[in-house]
Amino acid sequence: MSNQSDPPMIRFDNVVKRFGDNTVLDGFTCRMAPGEFVTLIGPSGSGKTTILRLVMTLERVTDGLIEIDGSPLSHMHRGGKLVPADEKHLAGVRTRIGMVFQQFNLFPNMTVLRNITEAPVRVLGLTPAEADERARDLLDLVGLADKADEHPSRLSGGQQQRVAIARALAMRPDVLLLDEVTSALDPELVAGVLGLLGHIADTTDITFLCVTHEMGFARDVSDRVLMFDHGRVIEDAPPERLFTDPREERTREFLQAVVGRT
Amino acid sequence: MTWDWQFAANSVPLILQGLLVTLQITVLGSLVAYTLGLVFALVRRARIPVVDQLLFLFIEFVRSTPLLVQIFVLYYVFPSAFGIRMSAFVTGVIAIGVHYACYTSEVYRAGIDAVPKGQWEAATALSLPRRRVWTSVILPQAVPRVLPALGNYTISMFKETPLLLAIGVVDLVNAAKAAGNESYRFVEVYTIAGLLFLLLSYPASLLVRRLERRVEPV
Ligand SMILES: Nc1ncnc2c1ncn2[C@@H]1O[C@H](COP(=O)(O)OP(=O)(O)O)[C@@H](O)[C@H]1O
Ligand SMILES: [Mg+2]
Repeated sequence: MSNQSDPPMIRFDNVVKRFGDNTVLDGFTCRMAPGEFVTLIGPSGSGKTTILRLVMTLERVTDGLIEIDGSPLSHMHRGGKLVPADEKHLAGVRTRIGMVFQQFNLFPNMTVLRNITEAPVRVLGLTPAEADERARDLLDLVGLADKADEHPSRLSGGQQQRVAIARALAMRPDVLLLDEVTSALDPELVAGVLGLLGHIADTTDITFLCVTHEMGFARDVSDRVLMFDHGRVIEDAPPERLFTDPREERTREFLQAVVGRT
Repeated sequence: MTWDWQFAANSVPLILQGLLVTLQITVLGSLVAYTLGLVFALVRRARIPVVDQLLFLFIEFVRSTPLLVQIFVLYYVFPSAFGIRMSAFVTGVIAIGVHYACYTSEVYRAGIDAVPKGQWEAATALSLPRRRVWTSVILPQAVPRVLPALGNYTISMFKETPLLLAIGVVDLVNAAKAAGNESYRFVEVYTIAGLLFLLLSYPASLLVRRLERRVEPV
């Protein structure tokens, strides 16, 4: 149980994100405790990916503030004031955050091993031998110890996504963002990847922010589920409550639609 | 007009010397075009105000004026205007190299644009520094895809070296002409020169076509 006085691992304070005149997030406020597993659900286009991209610093907030572990992420201190973060500041905070993408986004020009070692060597300053050892341990963890020297194109989607997970973990992030990481997989490969993520969530103290349409998975591993609609959280509850007894009509409709589809 | 085998054979050494010059200009010009083109593409991508517009104008200017004019300008105008005096050979390499850099920069741009956005985002999510993203992720994917197009430009450069006649570079064609001048016979020398072009260009273009089949198109 997290203490109320501990700083949250992630804090969104009135975050607004617009693309042109399309307001995607309209005053999003939320705290995520260290080690918490938070799942975002909601219809397509409701702004879930945008939230992850803001945390990953792939997008900038239009207004409001995001903090990581008590220090500003979207902003920085300068002359006693909070000003929008510059690239240098972002580069500094970014190392604490990792992301796994729907389309894996492995580097096709590198072997599996090099995909995993590149950032630890170039960013964290590990020696190649240290990075190698870390990568091989992670490949063990994701069940691909024998694929270290393959190129990603030779792997199945499920295997590629496992490598992407290992690649993100190699940076030892405090926060791991998962954006529909099984949506691009063949159905028979989904369970394996979700099982792996559940295992990682159980055995590490990483804070997870996860977007998924796999409601069974969300129910099993989440500490909290946020239901999104039109850039706002309309329901925020533990999974056992949200899935069995949704308070909002929109949540009920959405859950029915998702269950009906699968 | 008859074919004089003896004369043809006697001309060959001189023509081969010209071929050597042509190859040197082609190789050095390609190196200039490949590296400068990449620099142009990267600078333009950085969108630095003023620099970007100036470079755009320069590239458009070079692409819309004849190479021959550029060669003349470089050889005859630059020395008096800026006090830069270069040999005809060096002028030729620079003129051809810079001219083609304005085309290869476009090729590089397309190759870089063809790398999926997800690659940039994954690299950013791993905190890789900008330079490292270019050298480890983007260019290793972009460059192989543009090799066939670069190869085609090298073949074009090879075929355009005779333009340097205008400033007195003794390339393959000009060497042939010189060999012919001595006895006012040109059939043999130009035939040999043409055959040499064919002998080199054709296999080169086959090679490029094989390369094209091996890499993903941009
Ligand atoms: N880079 C962008 N430029 C313009 N609009 C965007 C951009 N990214 C997302 N959007 C818009 O933001 C809204 C929310 O998108 P997204 O966060 O991807 O939703 P979700 O992940 O919930 O499906 C959509 O209307 C989408 O069109
Ligand atoms: Mg999405």
